[in-house]
Amino acid sequence: MRLDWELARRGYRRYAAYPGATLAGLFTNVVFGFLIAYILLAVYEQTDVVGGYDVRDALAYVWISQGLFSVVAIFGPSWWELARRVQTGDVATDLQRPLDLQRTALAEDVGRAAYQLLWRAVPQFVLALLLFEITIPDEAARWLVFGVSVALAVLVSFGIRFLLNLSSFWLLDYRGPTLLAIGVTNLLSGMIVPLAFFPGSLGTIVRLTPFASMLQAPIDVYVGEPVGGSVGLVLALQLAWVLTLYAAGQLVLSAGTRKLVVQGG
Amino acid sequence: MAELRALASIYRRLIGARIRAQLEYRFSAGLQLLGTALLTALDFVAIALIFANVPELGEWDVAEVALLYALATISFAFADLAIGHLDLFPQMIREGTFDQILVRPLPSLFQIVAADFAVRRVGKVLQGIAVLVFALVALDVDWTLGRVLAIPLAIVAGAVIYSAVWIALATVAFWIVDAIEVVNAFTYGGSFLAQYPLGIFARWLQGLVVFVVPLAFVAYFPALYVLGKDDALGLPEALRYASPAVAVATALVAGVVWRNAVGHYRSAGG
Amino acid sequence: MADVIRLDGVEKSFVVRAKTGRLRRERRIVRAVDGISFAIERGTIVGYLGPNGAGKSTTVKMLTGILVPSGGRIRVAELDPSRQRIELARRIGVVFGQRSQLWWDLPLGDSFDLLRHIYRVPAERHRANLERFTEVLGLAAFVDTPVRQLSLGQRMRGELTAALLHDPEVVFLDEPTIGLDIVAKAAVREFLAEVNRERGVTVLLTTHDLADIERLCSRLLIVDHGHLIWDGGLDELKRRYGQERTLVVDLEEAAPPLDVPGARVTRVDGPRQWLSFQRDETSAAELTAAVAARARLVDLAIEETQIEEIVRRIYAAGA
Repeated sequence: MRLDWELARRGYRRYAAYPGATLAGLFTNVVFGFLIAYILLAVYEQTDVVGGYDVRDALAYVWISQGLFSVVAIFGPSWWELARRVQTGDVATDLQRPLDLQRTALAEDVGRAAYQLLWRAVPQFVLALLLFEITIPDEAARWLVFGVSVALAVLVSFGIRFLLNLSSFWLLDYRGPTLLAIGVTNLLSGMIVPLAFFPGSLGTIVRLTPFASMLQAPIDVYVGEPVGGSVGLVLALQLAWVLTLYAAGQLVLSAGTRKLVVQGG
Repeated sequence: MAELRALASIYRRLIGARIRAQLEYRFSAGLQLLGTALLTALDFVAIALIFANVPELGEWDVAEVALLYALATISFAFADLAIGHLDLFPQMIREGTFDQILVRPLPSLFQIVAADFAVRRVGKVLQGIAVLVFALVALDVDWTLGRVLAIPLAIVAGAVIYSAVWIALATVAFWIVDAIEVVNAFTYGGSFLAQYPLGIFARWLQGLVVFVVPLAFVAYFPALYVLGKDDALGLPEALRYASPAVAVATALVAGVVWRNAVGHYRSAGG
Repeated sequence: MADVIRLDGVEKSFVVRAKTGRLRRERRIVRAVDGISFAIERGTIVGYLGPNGAGKSTTVKMLTGILVPSGGRIRVAELDPSRQRIELARRIGVVFGQRSQLWWDLPLGDSFDLLRHIYRVPAERHRANLERFTEVLGLAAFVDTPVRQLSLGQRMRGELTAALLHDPEVVFLDEPTIGLDIVAKAAVREFLAEVNRERGVTVLLTTHDLADIERLCSRLLIVDHGHLIWDGGLDELKRRYGQERTLVVDLEEAAPPLDVPGARVTRVDGPRQWLSFQRDETSAAELTAAVAARARLVDLAIEETQIEEIVRRIYAAGA
């Protein structure tokens, strides 16, 4: 437990060491926040509700999605850092440690997420509160559930990224598939448009994917439009993905480790 | 003139060498090209999803927005192809590789531009062309010779404008190495903005992209001309034809900004 | 004009912002080069020495057009590097020891070809040069290998070739032998000597390797703290600062330090003793005789002052 904390702290500090980069990233998210907010405002001039989201929900969506962008790592080096280590062979030293690689990676990732939550998500949200009229939940319970959902979202995101990184055990050129996966994630997590915009039953199906659990799920909880109508269902879905992805990660990791040993690195 | 010809020939050779090196791994290059095309197509998927729910965006229908998107994206893609690796520039400053550039008998900007050519970025062009085809088929344009020519002209001018803005912004790397991502916010943010009808954005943003960083001339104004639409901003009609002139002006400004920045680097010690 | 390089009162100052405390920054002016003047005749090989931070690389950067001086006047091949960068670049060659001017993932030969076009070398001249260099440096073995796969020695030979293919008038070399093994170092030195001899290329050599200097440089410029503290020949240097010699004697058996007039025992290691003496006070022959009179001598050797020691003293004196 103590080690997890240390690892999380290390993950936190890695990102805290570059305040300039953090500020720059925050700036980028703010810029896109403005642009997408205006686009959605134009959409809502035509209609009052889309997929259960009204204009204030949509604005909340914009700023929370931009805020959580870094927290759930929609993009970023965490998509390929481990893959690089696998290919350069550095991962051999990681695997020799008595600790499970997945667990240590997870602990560091949580540290990273915590840093970005504090220094990118929160400032972004405060800005949104000041500049736009967004939905604000009035029940404390909703905030609490939102927090839980964000935490689960981080874990789901980790699961996806970890599995993808492991593909480098088998793929020599992992960059192509990684790029593709990032693209898919962008779309299906709800980063580009709210998944509520997907027409008809497509909207429901799309929200069952693990990508949706990364970002759209907590936003749905916040806004009060959970898929299937129940917040509990959303959280349960997220949890189910967390466990599934973690289990898959364990399997794939041991398969990859075996391959490494057999091949001699 | 002979000087330009010499530079063009050197450019061809340098780029040729890079392209050959990449095409050696044909499968991987093809895969990356496809991946890039699909990735950038997501932006249009977003537009499509929006129009699945509403018929218009700021009085532009889906085909009209598709034209905007196509002009913006293809221009951006060509600029990206030409100078996209400018994002390696901060690293060059940090590692001192820029000094090596100053020791060669070629203009410094030229060397950076000619340094690489990422074949995969062609994917972005292809994706833009696909949307353009869709737009042209779906639209009911009153075609004149001027309007037909306006499209390739807008693309070339747009590519020049994007490149100029990018280069001018990139010089920030001479001063601030850490926060180079701020530049990305402007370049990618700018290209994103240009895909949408300008009327939906706040007044201050509109002013910014018309009068300061003239990205409105990449797609918006040319599209107004081709479509014969009214300008929601209420600006003079002459602006619709101004893209080539704006391109030349921004290119000149970028050149000055760059020379200045290099001069600063050479005085301040690098 | 016989001088191909000329500096008059050249200065270079930098503004350095140092952090003092958490938020404040202090502005300080650092004079990296503080009034350096010298002239180099065409066709010479000059060594440019100095401790790190002395202003060496700053000077070279000004000579090659990378940096603009804060004061003074520079002329290289009759051009002003700060104003005529591109024109000058055609007439000089540069090798930065740590950095590469070659294309990393292309075969070495492709780099040479690209450079031919960049420097606009006539095809025939380029071919002739390349042939000669290939022969002298043994490039044929690896000219088709991508640069990133070359060993350091191979890469350095490639860099030197690249710097000379366009027949520059002046070549600036920064640590060209660093990290090379002895054989490679010797090959590089021979090559430079030959290029200088046969083509009259002027060479300004920045190095910490004093063997490079011994072999190549007729003249030394030593800079420290932005000033020139020595400008003269190597022999002159040795004469001025190399008065001390050491007689190393191997006695038949270990003995206490010998007491011999005109010499001082600096070290004893079993039967071996080191006796230090001044060249102009005592002759080696006299000393040897004196030692032989006091003890049974098995073997002896004479060591001159190492150049390292001389240079160290100059740096220390200049500080």
